[in-house]
Amino acid sequence: MGNALLQYATVFMLAIFVGIEIIAKVPSILHTPLMSGSNAIHGIILVGSMTILGAATTNAEEILGFLAVILAALNVVGGFVVTDRMLEMFKPKAKTPKAGSTSEVAK
Amino acid sequence: MSRVTLIDLIYLFSATTFVLALKGLGSPKRARLGNMVAAFGMVVAVVATFFRPVDGHAIYHVPLMILGIVIGLVVAVPVARFVKMTAMPQLVAIFNGVGGGAAALVSITEFMHIKATHPATYVALEVLLGVLIGTFSFAGSAISFAKLQELMTGRPVTYPGQQVINGIVGLAALVTIGWVLVSASQTMLWVLLGLAAVLGVLFVLPIGGADVPVLISLLNAFTGVAVAASGFTLGSNLLIVAGTLVGASGLLLTRLMSKAMGRSLPNILFSAFGATVTASGATQRADGRSVRSGSPEDIAIMLGFASRVVFIPGYGLAVSQGQHVLRELADLLESRGVEVFYGIHPVAGRMPGHMNVLLAEANVPYEQLVEMDEANSELQTADVALVVGANDTVNPAAVDDKTSPIYGMPIIHADLAENVVFLKRSMRPGFAGIENELLYNPKTTLVFGDAKDTLTKMVAAVKAG
Repeated sequence: MGNALLQYATVFMLAIFVGIEIIAKVPSILHTPLMSGSNAIHGIILVGSMTILGAATTNAEEILGFLAVILAALNVVGGFVVTDRMLEMFKPKAKTPKAGSTSEVAK
Repeated sequence: MSRVTLIDLIYLFSATTFVLALKGLGSPKRARLGNMVAAFGMVVAVVATFFRPVDGHAIYHVPLMILGIVIGLVVAVPVARFVKMTAMPQLVAIFNGVGGGAAALVSITEFMHIKATHPATYVALEVLLGVLIGTFSFAGSAISFAKLQELMTGRPVTYPGQQVINGIVGLAALVTIGWVLVSASQTMLWVLLGLAAVLGVLFVLPIGGADVPVLISLLNAFTGVAVAASGFTLGSNLLIVAGTLVGASGLLLTRLMSKAMGRSLPNILFSAFGATVTASGATQRADGRSVRSGSPEDIAIMLGFASRVVFIPGYGLAVSQGQHVLRELADLLESRGVEVFYGIHPVAGRMPGHMNVLLAEANVPYEQLVEMDEANSELQTADVALVVGANDTVNPAAVDDKTSPIYGMPIIHADLAENVVFLKRSMRPGFAGIENELLYNPKTTLVFGDAKDTLTKMVAAVKAG
């Protein structure tokens, strides 16, 4: 067991605790955006996908690496855009009268 | 400082943005900023990766890499931007699934790449975990998508010997893992991939549509773990940190979600909840009690005389796209001096917090949205509780019927209000497939029809009256 593995294991352990601590007090209305946001974050596999494609020396590696890059890019882009779209709705009240709103009622 | 060190520092920066982003996502004020911070960190990491040498040479296949990313952009942006808000859960499922798939491919390809150098056993183990968990998440997400998109039945799929079959497949996967560890056989790695896919499908089949969002959260955490496993294989701290953060917070989030539904996680995963429909769906009960139905106009008059009204929206509202008309009705009533609140059950909609998003989309003012506990205290003095497209979340059986499958789930006590009005499509039971006693309560009036149509008629009637 090399030193490298020990170092990765340390990082892994600490990240577990950070991950738990950081969302311990999230209001339930934010559960969905939080899930979607963390979904985007594991899109970091794109960096891994690029690394394996960048190292590919055989056809099989190229094909699989290319496929991985596409899938991971979908994950990253889709994840962030969907989350942003959800959170867009969470703006404070006031000044959001929608143009052409269905209501003619004066408030 | 060497280039690699510099780029690794940039990766450290990215990892930090992810921590800050998750922190931000936990507060309504900073959530959007948090998401953008993470997106920025992601872009920085991806750009840096183009300049990071691998195996001692500059990376190969740069044009192919760019092509792959462009494909991702071109497909994902429009889909994420324009799919209806009600379809949000399945969208998250699919984007999670592809991430799991990518993690599995990364692990498998890295194994092919380093196999000639006879990697240590623990490296093989990391690969196996990446493949197993990533593929499981991919297949599970695909089935979740199919369930939510109604490409297949949303009810739990059960068959005799289900647990035994799942056990056998699981055991086969374990045996394959052992085989690969001993023989370093690449073929068996593909066999493992196949088994993991089957396992993912079998695992999700018996889970009912109502519980699928909790499942997606769990699969999201799994993908995180798969990414962390790939990080171990590739020797990337960035992947380990990001993947582990998602894995750990995702597991906790899954628990919080199931708690909001008043159920335990094992219960959600293994009980095939809602497999049997116990509700009769009849308008008359054996004991002679029947439901009372009214017209939208009747309800409009009732609302006109009320001084305090609580709306209790559910998924039916979102399906009929009636949230805008509901807000119009609320505005109209408010202009006549009626106090209006929306009582939001934590799991109203299809995912926790989903209803808030849908109502916010219709520009419902934030302060009119009250959470369950507050809604319950408001309801004691409310004249009318208007339940729009919700059912299980107001079912009193959760409180008084110990035999009910939803017993223990916190509910909104619509029955506390002076009058209860249900806007329902039909007598069909809710997602959980159980009878709602409240429908037969003497103070309850039912208005059948599409929620949006009914609300539109009510708006017209209130205006006329």
